[in-house]
Amino acid sequence: MSGRRLHEFPGGLKLEGHKSLSNAHPIRRAPLSELLVIPLQQHIGEPAEPLVKVGQKVLKGEPIAKPQGYISVPIHASSSGTVIAIDDHPVPHPSGLSAPCILIKTDGDDKWCEPPRFILDDWREMEPSALRNRIREAGIVGLGGAGFPTFIKLNPGTAPAVDWLILNGAECEPYITCDDLVMRERAEQIVGGLLVMRHALHAARCLIGIEDNKPEAIARLGEVVAALGDDTIEVVPVPTRYPAGGEKQLIKVLTGREVPSNGLPLDVRVVCHNVATAAAVFQAVEDGRPLVSRVVTVTGHGIQDPCNLEVPIGTPVEDLLREAGHFTDSFERLIIGGPMMGFEITSLRVPVIKTTNCLLAVARDELPGAGPQLPCIRCGACAETCPARLQPQMLYWYSQARDFDRVQDFKLFDCIECGCCSYVCPSHIPLVHYYRYAKTEIWAREREREKADHARRRHEFRQERLEREKRERQERLRKKQAAAKAGSDKKAEIQAALARVKQKKAKQAADGEATDK
Amino acid sequence: MLTAIVTMTLLAALIGLVLGYSAIRFRVESDPVVDKIDAILPQTQCGQCGYSGCRPYAEAIAAGEAEINLCPPGGEAVIQALADLLGRDPKPLDADHGEEKPKQVAVIDEQLCIGCTLCIQACPVDAILGAAKQMHTVIAEECTGCELCLPPCPVECISMAPVKEDINTWKWPFPRAAEGGA
Repeated sequence: MSGRRLHEFPGGLKLEGHKSLSNAHPIRRAPLSELLVIPLQQHIGEPAEPLVKVGQKVLKGEPIAKPQGYISVPIHASSSGTVIAIDDHPVPHPSGLSAPCILIKTDGDDKWCEPPRFILDDWREMEPSALRNRIREAGIVGLGGAGFPTFIKLNPGTAPAVDWLILNGAECEPYITCDDLVMRERAEQIVGGLLVMRHALHAARCLIGIEDNKPEAIARLGEVVAALGDDTIEVVPVPTRYPAGGEKQLIKVLTGREVPSNGLPLDVRVVCHNVATAAAVFQAVEDGRPLVSRVVTVTGHGIQDPCNLEVPIGTPVEDLLREAGHFTDSFERLIIGGPMMGFEITSLRVPVIKTTNCLLAVARDELPGAGPQLPCIRCGACAETCPARLQPQMLYWYSQARDFDRVQDFKLFDCIECGCCSYVCPSHIPLVHYYRYAKTEIWAREREREKADHARRRHEFRQERLEREKRERQERLRKKQAAAKAGSDKKAEIQAALARVKQKKAKQAADGEATDK
Repeated sequence: MLTAIVTMTLLAALIGLVLGYSAIRFRVESDPVVDKIDAILPQTQCGQCGYSGCRPYAEAIAAGEAEINLCPPGGEAVIQALADLLGRDPKPLDADHGEEKPKQVAVIDEQLCIGCTLCIQACPVDAILGAAKQMHTVIAEECTGCELCLPPCPVECISMAPVKEDINTWKWPFPRAAEGGA
């Protein structure tokens, strides 16, 4: 491997990996569920708009919803069947709320639709913008975390040349092994996707960062890259330290560059994508296959048979749990995501979506217990462990005091919610929960502010209009009156003229009489 | 002694001139405090404060004629923000003017609407669409929930419905001290 000099990110934690629970067996295909529940919003940005009607038959890979706005991608049917409803259904979200979904009753044939014509073109000769469009059409979003539409992150915009394209295979959060398995089994697809992405970005060099607790994945990707014989692509093992897989942290480790506060990796001429996203990009561009399934880790001591499953998007969680042998006796709660950043769900009817990487069935006493919350003793342990170099104790203080101006002064929005501070807090303060509370509260206030400004503009416009209408009415009235007045003047004039004529006639008559005499 | 008096007088005259000049030269047309207060108010234009809209109420607060606790739609948050801005003590909301309610929008029962346009004339933000003897409807996005359209309706076909929370507007609840664990 390479002798690249690595850097360190501040803080972080050495955590027990628990990866061997689920990474011993190859990826299995999950059985096709009878019902697929496909939410219209699966990522940051605008929800998609349905293209199908209830009762319509759809084939696997057929677009069933189209994007609305820029930060949005289409959604495809993950299997063939009939649309039975477009309605609210519980979705994987910390709120436990329902959101609009397309429900498909599968027919069991799992029949693909015709691949789009564009796959006949060779991507190596395509314009980057056309290539990005193809990736958007395939509905690809980041499969590692927040699910940001991939085509946007493949657009360097007006930025100067991209120095580094980084593929993130760190997978730093405990328990999760889906990226590990994808790297072991689909290394060719990942490297293929890397080449496509590189073509779209015109990146000078490429790095694949993988935590050193995944030797098989490192070896496998190393072989594929070596076979390519391109010395601008490197596979780099990085030290296992949570959260090395955070985008900003991995960039720091690999390149030494720091993404500025409120900035993007592009600001330091780096772009970072997840390894599984690269594989999905390859499938989309090479085979014309949209994103209709993903690999999900089902693990934890609360489940009997931990494994990695290839799951059609929209498969209900309960069907996956059945495939993994269902809960053990000591099962306590179910988390979507990992133990550090995931959230608990209560409904087993929620579906797997494009961003679902892990189902963690936690057994009793499996995770460090959350004791009763005690007062902050200002020990500073949280500040030492914060990888974003924030002051978690101050963020906590102003969040709980609801002082949302001050909490932003302490860079609340640079917090990546990695959970290190909550993990080390000796007073068991749910710090990240406080930050999430403050963030959503601030967003809500901003929305209200915008709405109020909008209402003010409309109100002022209305006032102006009423004023104008009043003025115009008065103007009309004045004109009418003036006209009426002018009319009466004319009458008087006619009267006067008539009178004059009469007078004249009378005079003439008198004169005539006089001359007659 | 005399020098001191002359110096002070001259200084006073000079400073007076400068101040007087800048008062004319840098005159601010509208009162910035009014704008700041208006920016805090929720802009429902509901008139529950007793003034004809948010701006008149802002002007009354700035002039010291009105208390800061008369705005029910703004509730505690607005009172607190006004208290911070003006350096006054926050007070509980004046119950005579109404109570803080969850966000609402007006909904017209289109079966009952007779198309009289009275609600359209009452709406302060032009959020009702319709014409004489045509059915009316509320543009939910634009409605501020001020309830001003309720009284004029002769057939009582308008009701207020709470705004539903979705996954984009949902807020994390304040952590309960007892529970622990994020």
